[in-house]
Formats: sequence, C-alpha cells, structure tokens
Amino acid sequence: MSRLLSEQEYRKTKAFKVKRWYRGEKDPYIGRVELRPQKPFEEDVNTQKKRIHDEAILQRNIYDIEHNRKLMLFSKFYKVISVLFVFTLIGILLYMVSYLPPVGNAANPDNNEVATKYIEDAMKDTGAVNIVTGMILDYRAFDTLGESNVLFIATCTVLILLRVDNRSKKKEEEENDRLYEPKNDIILQKVAFFLVPMIIIFGIYVILNGHLSPGGGFSGGAIIGSGLILYVNAFGFKKIERFFTQKTYKWICFAALLFYCLAKTYSFYCGAHHLETGIPLGTPGDILSSGLILPLNICVGMVVACTMYAFYAMFRKGGF
Amino acid sequence: MDFIRNFPFFSILLSLGSGVLTSIMNRKVARLWNTFVLIAVTVMSAVLFVYMLGVGEPYTFMMGHFPAPWGNEIRAGVLEAGMALFFCVVMLLSMKGGEEHIDREIEDTKINLYYIMINLLLSSLLALIYTNDLFTAYVFVEINTISACGLIMIRQSGRTIEAATRYMIMSSLGSGLLLMGLCVLYDITGHLLMSNIKESIAYVYAQGTYNIPLVASIGMVCVGLAIKSALYPFHTWLPDAYGYSTVSSAAILSSLVSKGYIFLLIKIFFRVVGFDIIVDTKIVNILFVFGLLGMIMGSVNAIMENDIRRMVAFSSVAQIGYIYMGLGLGTTFGITASIFHILSHASTKSLLFVAAAGLTDASGGSKRFEDLTGSGYRNPMAGIAFTMGACSMVGIPLFSGFISKVLFAEAAVQNSLSKMLPTLICLAISTVLNAIYFMKTVIRLYTPKSRKVKKTEAGEAAIVSFREHPLYNFTLILMIALNMLLGCCSQPIADWIISGINMFG
Repeated sequence: MSRLLSEQEYRKTKAFKVKRWYRGEKDPYIGRVELRPQKPFEEDVNTQKKRIHDEAILQRNIYDIEHNRKLMLFSKFYKVISVLFVFTLIGILLYMVSYLPPVGNAANPDNNEVATKYIEDAMKDTGAVNIVTGMILDYRAFDTLGESNVLFIATCTVLILLRVDNRSKKKEEEENDRLYEPKNDIILQKVAFFLVPMIIIFGIYVILNGHLSPGGGFSGGAIIGSGLILYVNAFGFKKIERFFTQKTYKWICFAALLFYCLAKTYSFYCGAHHLETGIPLGTPGDILSSGLILPLNICVGMVVACTMYAFYAMFRKGGF
Repeated sequence: MDFIRNFPFFSILLSLGSGVLTSIMNRKVARLWNTFVLIAVTVMSAVLFVYMLGVGEPYTFMMGHFPAPWGNEIRAGVLEAGMALFFCVVMLLSMKGGEEHIDREIEDTKINLYYIMINLLLSSLLALIYTNDLFTAYVFVEINTISACGLIMIRQSGRTIEAATRYMIMSSLGSGLLLMGLCVLYDITGHLLMSNIKESIAYVYAQGTYNIPLVASIGMVCVGLAIKSALYPFHTWLPDAYGYSTVSSAAILSSLVSKGYIFLLIKIFFRVVGFDIIVDTKIVNILFVFGLLGMIMGSVNAIMENDIRRMVAFSSVAQIGYIYMGLGLGTTFGITASIFHILSHASTKSLLFVAAAGLTDASGGSKRFEDLTGSGYRNPMAGIAFTMGACSMVGIPLFSGFISKVLFAEAAVQNSLSKMLPTLICLAISTVLNAIYFMKTVIRLYTPKSRKVKKTEAGEAAIVSFREHPLYNFTLILMIALNMLLGCCSQPIADWIISGINMFG
C-alpha cells in the first residue's frame, strides 16, 4: 500500500513486484523457465540383456580377482611396484633439486647475458613496454607460432573426436541438449546481461594492451571465450548463432592463423637476410606501437577465444 | 647468402601454413594440396641435400631479426637435409599407398581434418630435424604428439579410441619428463640454444659443480624420448595404435613419428650434451640394456601374435630396440649404424604396413592368419611386396635390413668385449626370431590350399587383379625400389651419415 499513488498505479511499479516476490506470492520462474520433468528410466529387453552381458564380462575380466589368479597377482604386483616406483622417482628428484643453484642468487647460471639483454633492450628492440610480450611475439616468435598451432591442432583433434556430422544424429543431439535442465533462467539471464559485455570488453582491453601491460593474446582470448560461454549458457544456442556459427569460427581461425603465418614468414625472411621490414615501431607506450606485436596479439586472441568456445560447444552437443 | 639456404625455413613454414589452409578446403582439394606440399618439400630438401654435399659446412639460419641466444635459430647440415628428404619421401609414399583406405575408412566430412594432421605432422618433423633450440624442439614435440593422436583415432572405432587414449597417457608422461629435463638443463646452464648449452655443460662438467642435476636431466630427457619412441618396457601403447588405425597412419607413425624423437635424442647427444659426456655418465649403458631386451621381447611377442597388423607392430618394438642398442654402444660407429637402421626400418616398415593392407583387403578385411592363407595369390603385388619387406627385416642381402645388421655387427666388434658379446648374441637370436615370424607369414601367404575364393568372418575374400589399383601398386614398386636402393648403395649412404655426424660436433 502506498500513500502517494493510487492502488492501480502502485500495482504497476517495481516496488510492488518486489514486495510480492518477497512475500512469496509470486515466483518469477513460473511461466518463464522451460523445465521438463524427467521420465522414469526405461530400457527395452535387448539393451538390458546386452548391458548385463557386458557387465558380466567386465566383472570377470577386471574385477573378479578371486577366480583369476593371473589378475590377482598382477593387481598386487602392480600396486606395490607403482608405489615403489613413484617414491623412488620422488626421492631422486628431491635429491637432484637439492643440488640445483639456489633461488634468487645473483651468481646463478641463468642470470646471464640473455636475460640481461631482454631486460635492458627489449623496449628499444621491439617497442613493447611489456617485456614478456616482446619476448614471445618478437624475440622468440617462432616458438609462439608453433604454440598457436598447438592450439589449432588441439581443436582439430577435438573436432575429430566429438563433431557430429551425421544430420539425423545432429538433430537428435540438438533435441537432447540439456534436456532436463531449466532454460531461460531469469537470474542467470539478468546477471549475464550485465556481465557479458563487461567481460568481453575487458578481454578486448587485455588483448589490445598486451604490449603495454600484463596480458596479451592468450589471456585476453581466454577471457573473451569465457564471456561467450556465459552468454550461451544464459541465452542458448539460438541467440548466439545469430552472430557466431561453425562457419564464423572456421573463417576467424583461418584468417587469424593465416595472417599470423604470412606476417611472420615475411618478418623471418627479412630478419634472416638483414633487410628492413618497413613496419614502424612507433613510440613505446602508445596503443599503436611496437610493430607487428599488436596485430599478432589480436590474431592470437581471436584464435584462443574461438578455441575456448569451440571446446565448450563440442563437449556440450558435438557442434554449434 | 645463397637462396638455397632458405629452404629449411620455407619447408617448415609451408607445411605449417598449409595446415591452416587445409581447414577451409574440401577433401579433394585438401588431398591435392597435401600431395603438392609433400612433393614441394621433397624437392626443396633434395636440392638442399645436394647443395650441402657440395658445401660441406653446416650453417645456421636466423628466425627473425635477433641473433641466436636471444632469437630463434635453425641449423642445417648434410645429415639434417638428408633426413628431411628421406622422411618426406617415406611420408609421400605412405600417403599414396593408403589413399583408398583413407577414403573408405574415414568419415567424408573429416577427411580434410586428416590432411591438416598430416601437414602439421610434417612441419613438426621438419622442425625437430632442423631446430637448433631446445624449447623450439619441445613446442614441436607437442604438435607431433597431438597430431599423432589424431592420426590414430580418426578411424573411429572402440579400439582406436582406446589406443589413442593409451598413446596420449604414455606420450604425455614422456613429454613431461622431457620438459622437466629441459628445465633442469636451463637451470644449470642458463641457455636454450644447443651450441651455448654445449659450451656451458663442458665448463660445468669440468668444474663438477652440478653433476648430479646434469645426470638426472640427461636421464629424464632420455627416458622421456624413449617412452615416446616406444622403447621396450614403454611399448604398451604401440600394438593397438599401429594395429587398428588406418594404413597411412600406421605406416607414418611407425616409420616417422618414433624416428623423429630418436633423431632428436641423437641431436641432444651430439649437439647439446656432447657425446663424450654422455658416454662418461654411463647413461648409454641403460639404453643398451633396454635395447637388447626390446630386440628379443618384441620378436617373442610378434611370434605369439595372430593378427598380421599387430605382428608387424610388435616387430617395430624389436627394431626400435636395435636402434637404441646402437645408441647404447657408445661409439660413433654405433650411432652410424643406428641412423642407417632408422632409414632402413622406416622404408621397410611402411612397405610392410601398406602391403599388409592389400593382403587383408584380398581376404575380406580380416587380419587373422587363418583367413590370410593364400592371399599372396589373390593379390600378387601385395604378396611380393610383403615378401620383399619380410626379407629386408630378416636381413637377406640386397635389402636394407642386411646392411644395417652388418653395420651393427661391425660397430659391436669395435667395442669392448663386455658389450660386443651381448650385442652379437642378441643380434643372432633376434635374427632367428625375425625369420621365424616373417617366414611363417610368407609361407602362409603362399599356401595354395585356399586359392579359391573363400568366405571369411569379416567378409568375402576376393581376387584383386593387378590393374585394379594402379596407384597402390605403383607405390609398392617405389617402396621396394627405395628399400633396394638403401641395400645396394649402402657405402655412399654410410659415408654421408658419418660426414653428417662429424658436422654435428
């Protein structure tokens, strides 16, 4: 009841809705969340027979130790040997560690001209304020090129294992996707509505500032990927497919990695022949500086974001 | 700088980039492009090899604008160029020999993923061969492992998934040990570049300050790479992985992937630690013992096997044992024999796998020995090829296996008595065991009893005429020719290996 508004106007305000929710008169979930009740588990006779048969085989070959002497011997032997082995290995490694150079000692062998040059000259050589980014994307760019290809090939392997290409099977997978879990969860949607843009913008910031502050393509890409995963969890695949499908994924990965390869081929070639690349380094500290590092960071970020999301979608329903 | 010196760099980047390019191609274009890449890299490696023979001096190539201890670097010598050439040739032949099987056994939409794996595997092998930096080697070991896993499981059945899981677990253990070893090496030397590590290790070893971490790290690197290349007690992942994957995968895995790791190990022996220190730390003796064990046990397991593909796979365990036995001899002769055996085994094993695929096709897809009876008559070309490969494995003169056995025996004779005797005895026993299971198979292939078409468990056995699969037969002929080439022109090849090892130093 309000003193300033009439009963009818008061009923339209948010305060009234909150009050009703607080008193337990109305549940905002009801009528909005899609929730399917679970059916009792049924099994036809053939599959049941097969299952019982398989379980019997498993039992006989793996767990039934009493009647299988070979298995019994093996399992005992295995346990003893593995424990012994692990403790020996731990012992050897601990013994070895005690002979390693002490941490933080200035006279350590790894405190040599390599690290000194990285620390002293990185900003001048690469134009990046963040020395780590300068190292991975300029000094040792070949390793990072390999590393981004590791990500690429890891997604390809997951695609081999989990992608469903058969059309009828695909439809079935789509129908079974999170069948018994609530959809359109209003709390999740409201939170995601605020969080997803912020997460994605923060990811973009981390990528674009990779050469100026801690971060870079790998970490920024992971942040964007988690934003996308939150989005798809809150709003479902239909919404995300308006701007991100399997095709988008394929082309983004392709374009980013191809650009990476071509740019680095050019830069390696020029470097090996002592030619100028003609790419300006700019003033260290500016957003548009440090030559190729910024575009490469963007490429790596896109690949990582897509990879994160693709893994999630593959594991959830074998495609997206 | 001569333009030819760019070729290692071009071949690595071409294969790496074509992995990305293949992701948008359909299967026909992908196959064409893959063939093109393989031929291009083969030609480049061949040109580089001839050029390097003329120059006679190794060179380093800067990957980027920064010189070596700060930037990345690759290095090419005679041995590297020759290995790259040989690996590309074997890969091309294995791909062409198993092409029909790839189309038949892999889902249509996933064939281009297969070619992505092949392209990236090629780039990682090339990078392992040419790299002059330990961390680069580790990165490409990762690519190699993951792509090998993909190659195993792309033919989707329960057995391959199980094999891929085993491979992944064992391989990750190997990678982990390798990485730990490299970390310790970095900690006591402060470098990742091979030549710099070698200098500091020589200094550190003379001083004696970090000898225990040094020995431990060498041990971890050796064990890690031995697990990844299936040295005897770590071979459990191997028979399933080679036995059930598609033919090209099995041929490439057995003849190239494991050999890439062994080549990296040889490189670490010579370029990172220094061979004198390796021999001085007695780590080679351990490799020697396990190599001998593998030679015997691999053959014993192969004799007990009732599946032709798994038998050939177990034979790989024995051959890997030979290679490690050669490394374990601790002399340059032993290493030469090992490298020759890498070549010989790679050419023979791919031939055997491809030929075995032809024989099983002629027996209705069954791999069991009872069903294979007489299949040498049903598919004559595959029968001849398998017989030739078996002769080479057993060590009949004219074939490459004979030369590698002679080289091993020569290397053993130049060693001390305590290593010479076990080597010669095990060589003899292993040769007899090899002969038992390969001759058993060959005799079964030419048993005329069931020459008539017979129904097997897996399907109809049919006579395969010579003209039916021209590409397959042509590939087999080329593989036999490669094998004979290694067997007949062994002297120039051994000279080339010795000069390459000298360039390592």
